Amino acid sequence: MRHIIAVLLENESGALARVVGLFAQRGYNIDSLTVAATEDPTMSRLTLVTRGDDQVIEQITKQLHKLIEVVKLTDLSESAHIERELMMVKVKASGEQREEVKRNADIFRGQIIDVSPTTYTIQVVGTSEKLEAFIEALSGTQILETVRSGVSGISRGEKALSL
Amino acid sequence: MSQQHQPEMLSGGAMLIRALRDEGVEFVYGYPGGAVLHIYDALFQQTEVKHVLVRHEQAATHMADAYARASGKAGVVLVTSGPGATNAVTGIATAYMDSIPMVVICGQVMSHLIGDDAFQETDMLGISRPIVKHNMSVRNPADIPAMVKKAFYIAQSGRPGPVVLDIPKDMTMPNQKFPYEYPKDIKLRSYNPNAKGHPGQIKKALQTLLAAKKPVLYSGGGVILGQASAELTELAKKLNLPVTNTLMGLGAYPATDPQFIGMLGMHGSYEANQAMHNADVIFAVGARFDDRVTNATKKFCPNATIIHIDIDPASISKTITAHVPIVGLVKPVLQEMLHQLEKHGNTLDQAALGQWWNQIHQWREVHGGRFEHRTDLLKPQAVIEAVWRHTKGDAYVTSDVGQHQMFAAQYYKFDKPNRWINSGGLGTMGFGLPAAMGVKLHYPDAEVVCVTGEGSIQMNIQELSTCKQYGLGVKIINLNNGYLGMVKQWQDMNYDSRYSSSYMDSLPDFVKLAEAYGHVGIRVTSPEELEPALEKAFALKDKLVFLDIHVDPKEHVYPMQVPGGAMNDMFLSKTERT
Repeated sequence: MRHIIAVLLENESGALARVVGLFAQRGYNIDSLTVAATEDPTMSRLTLVTRGDDQVIEQITKQLHKLIEVVKLTDLSESAHIERELMMVKVKASGEQREEVKRNADIFRGQIIDVSPTTYTIQVVGTSEKLEAFIEALSGTQILETVRSGVSGISRGEKALSL
Repeated sequence: MSQQHQPEMLSGGAMLIRALRDEGVEFVYGYPGGAVLHIYDALFQQTEVKHVLVRHEQAATHMADAYARASGKAGVVLVTSGPGATNAVTGIATAYMDSIPMVVICGQVMSHLIGDDAFQETDMLGISRPIVKHNMSVRNPADIPAMVKKAFYIAQSGRPGPVVLDIPKDMTMPNQKFPYEYPKDIKLRSYNPNAKGHPGQIKKALQTLLAAKKPVLYSGGGVILGQASAELTELAKKLNLPVTNTLMGLGAYPATDPQFIGMLGMHGSYEANQAMHNADVIFAVGARFDDRVTNATKKFCPNATIIHIDIDPASISKTITAHVPIVGLVKPVLQEMLHQLEKHGNTLDQAALGQWWNQIHQWREVHGGRFEHRTDLLKPQAVIEAVWRHTKGDAYVTSDVGQHQMFAAQYYKFDKPNRWINSGGLGTMGFGLPAAMGVKLHYPDAEVVCVTGEGSIQMNIQELSTCKQYGLGVKIINLNNGYLGMVKQWQDMNYDSRYSSSYMDSLPDFVKLAEAYGHVGIRVTSPEELEPALEKAFALKDKLVFLDIHVDPKEHVYPMQVPGGAMNDMFLSKTERT
């Protein structure tokens, strides 16, 4: 099963390498990983999407906890949460194609953030599923490049991952 | 009038050594080199922290490790950058696998050269990351005292382990001085290791245990690391529980006590493995259900309810699901259990327990640690029994890895914790001699015996030189069978005795070799030579004696669990199987 694990990490060099190394050493999967400093510059927040049965996920959270630099963590997928991912897609857009691409972007509430005579770059934000649906919708269009941020997530309501 | 406290101004190198002193470190094991020259100069200019010069950095790590195993305090290693650091890797991994507290100080090239592939540069933080509890690099010399404190705190608390401190050479410059103050204690917001165990869970554990009809107490290295041998023994005695120890836990419960049913696992006793398999409640204390204990996990102890105490939550339900988990240090948890037992009273079904003990006694008679006694051939088991007698069961015994290690674990009856010192998790050949040295250095009056084989001893044989330099009178019991015995045993059992590279040709004359290093060598080739040789060796109190004992090359270690089977599927000899 897919899980989204959010981790508060000391913002120190080597801390991220320890997290990534743990996954490699113990043979766990990483579907996506994002990391950046929080409002408190001494801490980073990392969101990690992984897969595994309950036993594997339990080991992943326990092993992450053991890393000295991990301050706190939560499995967001255990309760109500919001997840978002940002994608930028550069597509070939000339002639009739230009209108078609723009229509698709509008349907997905995407924004065209860069224009050239032959290309559009579209930004789409949403769940990973939505981004995949958008790629699907562009099947008649030539995609030149895509870049995805990986998933970020946060709990709904008052629940918060903080010190 | 109060005097203003003026901190002393010290260089980074001097601060490092002073911090070690303030941490109570007496010995540092190491080897000098370019990146640590400032540190070695600081060492030279004081007398409180003593340095032990090994002949290879791996030996320094095993010395520090064995000191930690014997004393419970972190051992300290000092090595240079590059090859000095990489040579220490095996020893760091050895300590990591057995949760041994250790602080390894590695030199590093100058900060401005890091990343340039400079001379003797290696990314030690990267290399050691998977085999340390934590590692850190010094960025500012003023941080050194706090970082040393942090290193010891992390290494020694919770589930212990090795910590690597990487120090670029420019952090230790003699001409740059900083105010020195050693922090009294340290707190980390991300690390809080002192769990006492949930009282509710402890109560539930006691209730489960008291409801058992066929209980087994299975204890591991955590009891020794957690210094909880007395509590464990008291609880086992009060409840008349059968006790089995893992390889790492030997000595936590006295082996000569009738309630002790032997080691369990791959080469465990018949009665311990049978008792485990047939138990209705398994009380696991500071043990981690290692694959060398459980055999096939799917067939593991089918009728048992499992109570598991461990300080590391990741060890609980990792391979075997715990029904009553308790995360906590074993000592306070056992103390709380004893306290609750006092209030609650022993309500164990005594008739059922009596029947269970009868069953265990019957199992004991099936194998009972037997081996073939011969007058024409030296049996390795007989040698270990003789060593046990000659040392009155009270020696520190270190071992290398292989058949001799299992014979020592089976036939030397450890009655005290911290006396059996071996590489259980990583299985590091070459561990035994440096380990014996580390113990002897700290306990010069104690009898220290290294049980080894002609394969393992040659992995760190150069340390005979270090022994000479520091007058380390350890006794080396070299069970020489001319083969890599455990490899050969597997080849006998699984590869139709095709001895692929398990025969060691061109062995040295170990007696002459010992003499060449200035020690005493004695060769033993027949059973009647054994007793006089041991007598002579142990009478030479301050001498290193290398006993080269030629044992039966055909001997196998039994019992041995059948691969892929349950706990109680065992070979009992070359011809018997359960």
